[in-house]
Formats: sequence, structure tokens, C-alpha cells
Amino acid sequence: MESIDQELDESELELPAEPMTLNMGPSHPAMHGTIRMVLKLDGETVKACDVQPGYLHRAQEKMGERGTWQQFFPYTDRLNYVSPMLNNVGYALAVEKLLGITVPRRAQILRVIHGELARISDHLTCNGAMAMELGAFTPFLWFIKAREWLWEIIETQTGARMTHSYGRIGGLAARDTEDFGARCLEVMPKMLAVATEGESLLLKNRIFLDRTQGVGILSKKRAVSMGASGPVLRSTGVDYDVRKDKPYLTYGEVDFDVPVGEDGDNYDRYMCRLEEIRQSVRIVEQSIALLNKIEKGSPEDEVSVKDPRVVLPPKEDVYNTIEGTINHFKLIMEGVQIPAGEVYQYTEGGNGELGFMIVSRGGGNPWRIRVRAPSFFSLSAVSEMIIGGMIADIVPTFGSINMIGGECDR
Amino acid sequence: MITGATFWIATAIKVFAIVFGLVNLGALLLWVERRQSALIQDRMGPNRANIKIFGKEFRVAGLLHSAADGLKMLWKEDFVPPGADKLLYQFAPVISLVPPLTLFAVIPFGPSIYPDNLRRVFGSEGWNAAAGYIPLHISVADSGILVVFAMASSGVLGAALAGSSSDNKYSLLGGLRAASQMVSYEVTMGFSLVGTFMVYQTLRLEQMVQWQVDHAWGIFVQPLSFLLFFTAAVAETKRVPFDAPEGESEIVAGYFTEYQPMKMGMFALGELVEVMTSSALITTIFLGGWQFPFLKLDGFHFELFGIAKPIYMSHLAVVIISALSFVVKVAILVLLQMQIRWTLPRFRYDQIMKLGWRILLPASLINILLTGVVLLFVNGR
Repeated sequence: MESIDQELDESELELPAEPMTLNMGPSHPAMHGTIRMVLKLDGETVKACDVQPGYLHRAQEKMGERGTWQQFFPYTDRLNYVSPMLNNVGYALAVEKLLGITVPRRAQILRVIHGELARISDHLTCNGAMAMELGAFTPFLWFIKAREWLWEIIETQTGARMTHSYGRIGGLAARDTEDFGARCLEVMPKMLAVATEGESLLLKNRIFLDRTQGVGILSKKRAVSMGASGPVLRSTGVDYDVRKDKPYLTYGEVDFDVPVGEDGDNYDRYMCRLEEIRQSVRIVEQSIALLNKIEKGSPEDEVSVKDPRVVLPPKEDVYNTIEGTINHFKLIMEGVQIPAGEVYQYTEGGNGELGFMIVSRGGGNPWRIRVRAPSFFSLSAVSEMIIGGMIADIVPTFGSINMIGGECDR
Repeated sequence: MITGATFWIATAIKVFAIVFGLVNLGALLLWVERRQSALIQDRMGPNRANIKIFGKEFRVAGLLHSAADGLKMLWKEDFVPPGADKLLYQFAPVISLVPPLTLFAVIPFGPSIYPDNLRRVFGSEGWNAAAGYIPLHISVADSGILVVFAMASSGVLGAALAGSSSDNKYSLLGGLRAASQMVSYEVTMGFSLVGTFMVYQTLRLEQMVQWQVDHAWGIFVQPLSFLLFFTAAVAETKRVPFDAPEGESEIVAGYFTEYQPMKMGMFALGELVEVMTSSALITTIFLGGWQFPFLKLDGFHFELFGIAKPIYMSHLAVVIISALSFVVKVAILVLLQMQIRWTLPRFRYDQIMKLGWRILLPASLINILLTGVVLLFVNGR
């Protein structure tokens, strides 16, 4: 006897379904900056994804060509606005390379310290935001509290908290205050304690581990071929850090490790950043020791080169002497005269290799400034990281590559 | 039990007290939540809203913030999305607020009151046993806990309707998640309590409390059941870690994305009332309800090292202490739920389902089996 359900094929019983198209962004509460993702969803599963950057495009590179060389500094602040000092340093180094000058030792060390402070605040923000995207609100606010202490230091040194434009061609805008080193050393352990506390809420939490481990996987090969760098690349197991592989400033003199992940998932990216915070603290502490070793009053003790063609004269000279006034006028109106040439200078930014390709045809204005923004390259890997996953994982995965709109779209 | 006009007056007072109390406590909870989260997150919390009287600012520890919030919600434009199903869209917030309020009808919040004997000690000389009593719960229903299940499961309609009627894909996703999550955890919620029914031998909540008064608190008799029910109840309230339907960072605000001030406020209020009702339920079923330790109907009975020393108290004092103890127990559970909210991250949708069907449901079935076996041995039947 035939069975009754012989005719029935299970696949035919399924209801007809077609994927739902969902526009995530550009104005979506969790899309950092502004980015648009066009998703094809099958229930909760992402079937296809089209990531569309560019909504924060401000033609920054073009604006750079319109002003003098110095006038690009405020724009660099607005590249990765979570770690402005790293961008300042990157650009300043590029121009100085073209100019063929090296800044005094004190300025170099200060650039390192400020850069690392910026990196710590960048990583704190990114990790906190990622936890918040997973629904854990408390660690985010703790990390922000720690970031606040760093910003207070930065404010005393530069006069601004975020977009401080502290870098200058040939050095820094101002000398550090007397208590700078002491304040840094005081804040570092406090900040680490908060980071550890936040960590304790997350890393022993089954939910957090389940939500991050094995999610948003990027393979080593794909990461390299996408041009990813920074924590995104290192989390896949590639040991590449510009600070270590091609030391600039005083990075060669300090001892630090480059944390490397294994799987390239959200958890590894999170852990890489967390460990980098610790390494940055080491760099800051050693750099302050280096700073204290500098002999007072020696040429090394300056924060900018003594070259009137590059650095603005002191204000009392500007107001009291005709030479000073003219010097100031020429530098401001015509800009620093940079010899013709092309240069590519790359540093380790908050998100990875931050490169400045600048072309000069001589004169006070850049001919072309091109920024190699690390998060643009990481962003290109996002769509393959989230396809096949679930909607809930899109935002944490996206958060873990730390795309900063200002830097990505420029 | 008292009958006639007194019964109706007493019932009206109880209904008013509960509805009015719950809705206002909901607003208070909003403040508690903000204060507590500020405490946990090491920040200031609400401290700006104030009233100026004779040039002096009164801030009342940030309490006015909730009041200002409510006023703001009332005065904002009430916008209905053009593509929405008007009727269902308007109706959904009501559906999500009413069930948790209704559910309170069967929860006893104190021992029965004997209005004629308020100043006498229970059972002592002059106790007028013939006089009627007023039970301190609104509805005396034989179905008891079944009313609770019926009401709790109709709460899902609010979220599902809100999601489907708003004409928004994020709402739809949120509504879907809410529907599947609440239906799944409803099952665990029901099964986890079967063990307690078997022990208490009743469905009526006031009799469950009476059993606990006579024997021991449910949490000691049915610890696994307590854990399962607590988890399921948190999942039912759709709060962290089970707030996937709201999914703040991924699907904007889930099923109430398209809702404007006061209607969104109703969802929020519904959620907070649900937190209170679920805490009240857990208190009633597992934490001895209104019972204060060592307090019997006629006063305290301490029994230490074989020395019994009763302290007799008037009926009124006993009722007040019992009702207060109920409130305190509920408050502790509410604070615990809020603490959870600010500590844990959110589950993913599939993880919620897995937890519900693969872990909690089998565990509740095992609990039923174990309870059955133990009862068989204890009762010798």
C-alpha cells in the first residue's frame, strides 16, 4: 500500500518568499558617521549587502590644495576625529620629509606621547561603542569617563579637546607644560583600572563572548588583499605595525609589543585594541622617561626647529620688530615654501596605516594632497564580513572595524 | 467574605489603588532606573528639571525629570505615519499596557482584612469571627494563575500589532522578533510553574501564599523553577539581555520605531508595569507573597533554641507589616531586574530562541519530572 504523503515533497510546502530589501542608513542611529548599507534579508539573515560610503565627503583633499601648507592641519584634525593628533603628526612628517628637516628631539617625543594618548582614546571609544552596540551600555560610559581624563590632559597642552591642530610643520604649536609628564603618569594607571573594570564586565560574560567570537570573520588572505591595516589586519594574524616595522620619530627607542590575533573575528579585533591600549601606556611611560632625560636648554629641548622660513616667529617679535612682522606676514600669506617633489609618508594611525601622498611644485600651496585613510580599506571588507550573518551582527561588526566617516569619505 | 455594598466599595478602592498606584509607580520606576543607571555608570543622572518657588529651585533628587518627561510627551505632536493601519496602530500601545495591569487583579498583596476587628489580636478574646473579611486582591478567581498566563500571553499582541501596523521594515522586524520571543518564552513560563502547582496543589495565588506561610517559601521548595520562571519573566518584559525586539542599535527601536511621544510612553510604561507585575508574581509564587518572616496572623513568633516567645500585635499592624513586606520584596526584585539591564549585553535573536527551546524548556520539563518523583516518595502515593 502506498503511503499517503508519497506525493508531498517538503520543498514544495514552503511558502513562496522573496528577500526583503532594507536600507540601513545613511541616517541610522548605529551607523557611525554616515554610511548606507543596502541589505537583502531572508528573515534575519543577510543574503546580500551593498556598502555605500561617501555621505560625509567634504572634498578635504581638494580644500587642502586651496590653502597654504599649514592650513591643512585643521583639516587633518577632522580626518579621524577620535585621534586627531595622529593625523597631525602624519601630515607634519610628510611635509617635513619633503622639506628635508627633522624636528628637535623634544618635539619628536611629545608627538609620540600625544599620538599615543590619541590612540588610547580612539581605542577606548571604539571598544566602548562596540560593547554598546551589543547592548552593554555601562562599559561604554566607563570608557568614555577614562577618555575624559586623557582629553583633560590634551586640553591643558593644546587648548582644545578634540580638534586641537597641535601639530605644526617643523614641530609643535606650543611647549608642554611643566606638569605634563607627571599628569600623564598619574592618569595612565587610573585609565587602565577603568579599562580592566570594563573588561571584567565583558570578557567573562557568556553573552558577550557568544556575540563576538566567530562573528564577522575576515581571513588573513582577504585582509591583505583588501589593503586593510591596523587592528583589523593584525587581528587576522598579520604582524604589521608601522611603528615597529618602519619606526619613525622615537618609536625605535621604546619597547612595546604588537598584539596579533588569530581568527580575525570581532572578538580578536576587540582584544587587539584592548591590548594596544596597554602597549600605548607602556610607550607613554617610556617616552616620558626619555623626555625627562633631555638636557634643559640644549638644542634638543626645543619643540620646533629654529628656521624662520618654516616656523612662525614669537609673538613679541611680530608686534615689536619689523623683521618679525614681515616674517610672520610672509609665512601666513604665502605659506611655507616647500621645494618641488613628491613624497609618501605613512604612519600608524588609530585605524592602521595612515598615509599622506603629497605633491609639491614649489611654493606655498600643495599641488596635490592624497590621504590614504585606513578605514576606507577596512570598509571594503565589511560586506563580506556580514553576508551570511544576522542583522544583529551587522552593527557590532561594522563597529569593530572602527570606520570613521571623516577619514573614510574625507 | 464581605458581601453587598461594602464589597463593591472595597473592590472599587482596590482597583483604583492598583491601577493608580501601578501607573504612577511606573513613572517613579523611570526615575529609579535613571538614578540607578547613573550610579552604576558613574555619572550624574537626572538633576536639571526643577520648579521655582519663591526664587528657590526645587529639584527633588531628579524626580521632576520624569514629570517633565511626561508633560513633554503629552504636548508633542501625535503623528501617525501615512501608510500605517490607523486602527491597529492606535490600538497597539493600549494592548501592551492593559494586560500587565489586568494581571494584577489576581495577585494578593496582603492578608485578608477583617474590618470589624482591626484593633483586636487575631483569634484572641473578642475576635468577631462572624464578621466578614476583605481579601486583599481584586478578583477571587478559581482560575488564578491561568488568568495570569492568559493576560501575559496577550501582551505579545501589542508588540506584534505595533510592528505590523506601522508600515516600517524595522518595526516589522521588531514585531516579528517580539512575537516569536514572547510566544517561545510563554511555554517555558507555563511549564516552569507546573512544578509549583504540584507542590502547592492549587492554582489560586492566595492559596499558594497560604501554603508558603504554612510550610516554606517556594524558592526553597522549587529553586530550579524559580530560576526558570525568573528568566522567562525577564524575557517576557523584553528588557536587556532579551531586548532583541527593541534592538536599539540594530533595528532603530524595533516595534515602536514609528511611535510618537505618548504612545511610545505607553509602551515604555507597559514595560515598566510588566517589570512590576512579573516581580509581584515571582514574589507571590516563590518568595512567600506578603508573608514577613516569623510573622503569624496574631503577631511575631520567634522560635530560637526551643524558646518560643510570641509578641502579639493588633490585626491592623499585622496587615500593614505584611503589605509592606510584599512591597519591599517586589521592590528588591525590580531593582535586581534593573541591575541586570545595566550589566549584560544583548542576546542575538537566534541565541534567544536556542536558549528558550533547547535549554529552558527541557530544564522545566525535567523539573516537572523531578517534582513528580519527589512528591511520589514524600506522599507515598
